[in-house]
Amino acid sequence: MAWYLIALPLAAALLAFVIPAPGLRARLLPLTAVLHLIGVVFTLRHWHTLPATAWLGLDALGGWVLLVISVLFCICAFYAPAYLALRPDRDHRILSTSLLSFLGLASLLALSRHPGMVWVAMETTTLVTAPLIYFNRNRRSLEATWKYLVIGSVGIALALLGTMFIAYSAHMGGVEEPLHYTRLMAEAGHLSRPWLRAGFVLVLVGYGTKMGLAPMHTWKPDAYGETPGLVGALLAGGVTSCAFLALLRIYAVMVAAGEAAFARELFVAFGMISMTWALVFMVRQTDFKRLLAYSSVEHMGILVFGVGIGGTAARFALFHLAANALVKSVLFLSAGNIHRSYASKQIPDVTGAIRRTPVSGWLFLLGFLAITGLPPFAPFLSEFNIAAGAIGTGHFLAGFAFLLLLGGIFLAMSDTVLQVVFGTPSPQRVRTPYRDTLATTAPLIVALSLALVLGLWLPRPLQAMLDKATELLNGTSQVALVEVQP
Amino acid sequence: MSPDFLIALTMLTNFALVATSRINKAIQLAVVQGVLLGLVPLAMGLGRHVHILVVALAAVAVKGWLIPYLMRRAARQLQIRREVDPYIGFTVSLMLCAAGTGLSLLVAHSLPLKPGTPYPLLVPAALATLFTGFLILVSRRKALTQVVGYLVLENGIYLFGLLLVEEMPVLVETGILLDLFVGVFVMGIVINHIRVAFDSVDTRHLAELKD
Repeated sequence: MAWYLIALPLAAALLAFVIPAPGLRARLLPLTAVLHLIGVVFTLRHWHTLPATAWLGLDALGGWVLLVISVLFCICAFYAPAYLALRPDRDHRILSTSLLSFLGLASLLALSRHPGMVWVAMETTTLVTAPLIYFNRNRRSLEATWKYLVIGSVGIALALLGTMFIAYSAHMGGVEEPLHYTRLMAEAGHLSRPWLRAGFVLVLVGYGTKMGLAPMHTWKPDAYGETPGLVGALLAGGVTSCAFLALLRIYAVMVAAGEAAFARELFVAFGMISMTWALVFMVRQTDFKRLLAYSSVEHMGILVFGVGIGGTAARFALFHLAANALVKSVLFLSAGNIHRSYASKQIPDVTGAIRRTPVSGWLFLLGFLAITGLPPFAPFLSEFNIAAGAIGTGHFLAGFAFLLLLGGIFLAMSDTVLQVVFGTPSPQRVRTPYRDTLATTAPLIVALSLALVLGLWLPRPLQAMLDKATELLNGTSQVALVEVQP
Repeated sequence: MSPDFLIALTMLTNFALVATSRINKAIQLAVVQGVLLGLVPLAMGLGRHVHILVVALAAVAVKGWLIPYLMRRAARQLQIRREVDPYIGFTVSLMLCAAGTGLSLLVAHSLPLKPGTPYPLLVPAALATLFTGFLILVSRRKALTQVVGYLVLENGIYLFGLLLVEEMPVLVETGILLDLFVGVFVMGIVINHIRVAFDSVDTRHLAELKD
């Protein structure tokens, strides 16, 4: 089953590259997405113990992340054909191929049981997502692509060095290849501490760059601002989740080695810095796509902050991964619709979206309210519980700072969002033929409904999976014994 | 030649790279460094492992021939001669490079090596080279020079990899080869696009996007 999850999207990517008809090629996306999602759900239904030497296999953590990515990809894939039909001038052969390859490589990353393999998967996702940013083929998107590649490659190079440091720490402790995670965690006590710590810092900076944690986030506003909303949604919810997973794998090794305190302090610090940085750049932001990029920086901060606090906060940080991915897809896709309708993404040009594109306008507004923590949407549940977890475990200062930052971000974002959604439409705007249709809004409505449902009710199997994944992060379980048979 | 001598030469090329003002010279120095590093595993007596030999040869071929060929072609088409164009002056760059090298020695000192490892210079040299690459990357304006910076950074990682390559060949070799691939192909492609779009590879043109 593991091979199916990896090979299906890659085969579809190959097919997308050879199919000459754009319409047919666009329909390949939703088809592959559904088949992949079915595969993931089917794999997650049967729990078995995986041999420690297996190279591929889903544990609770990888399974959770892959499920989130698969659902997100499904939403984007159903949106894609209608969006691509709006842009008949652009050949989307490369776009479709890259999107599908990304899904295959994300599966590889989630399934990999070896840090080297995870690194290879992360590196290749950087490569296949770079052409996505260059979709518009103008100077601005070229600039964004160059920054994404240079900064991303440096990050990924540092992550490689960090992985090698950790391998050396194992070598010094007498633990030799193959260094599967299961093995690393079981023999974590033997790892050489200085190398492990240095390796973790490098991995944190490296994968943190790919996640977009401040201050290594500088590629993010440019990349998210210049790509189609469709790609922005996948980058913000998919690529970042992959990098987060790669980081959590090493974090779990740190926890198993008894170095949790060191790692947690770093996580909390990076979380706070990211949220603060995002807040500063959100104030008076006139470009609503860049605004969403900073919101993504903020939420990456929330993820590492929650894991750094530990306990229930770590559980809700994992839950927040899903909440963020779903709501971000609503925001990016509706922002994409508004961008299509106004042919601009700047504030003075874009006002009164609720009258021009009522459905997208409402979705953008609701998405904003959801992401900033309006109950009963899922992000409220996670943000509230992370704050409660911080205060409950004695991190008073961090907990209150977290709440204060959330409040500030709500105010900063609302300024821009309210102007986009309400505002008085200026008479001399460009008129474009774009109107909201069922095909460009239904996937968003589904995503928002899912975020609503998750905020109210989490199905039992998902709860069990989250609990298991949290145990791995909090070091309360015996090394990932329960795995899914590939 | 002893490996320590080659490693010391690598560290010297770092300084030369930082101080150079001509793009062709920078490319040349990157070639020298790449070839030096290709020789290190042979000097360390790792040539008896066929796979390490292959990787070393691939590294020499790519860094010594393919990359300089692509970059020189780009430089020629753009008629760039002396355009390294730093944000930070050469003297300051040199001083930063020296400080970085000193810092690398300090950091490496606090990272204990496995008893019996014969090459104590490997780790500080790797860190110093990494730092130099990073310095070039952030302090130079031209896309071509930035790629040189990335290559130097990658050389640092390669150097550290030599410490592990005998024990964990798969991890080190795939890492190094994939990193090379990024350096050459992807950045090469994008540079080509930048050239077409702007008629120049000055990343100052890439400054429209900001807050």
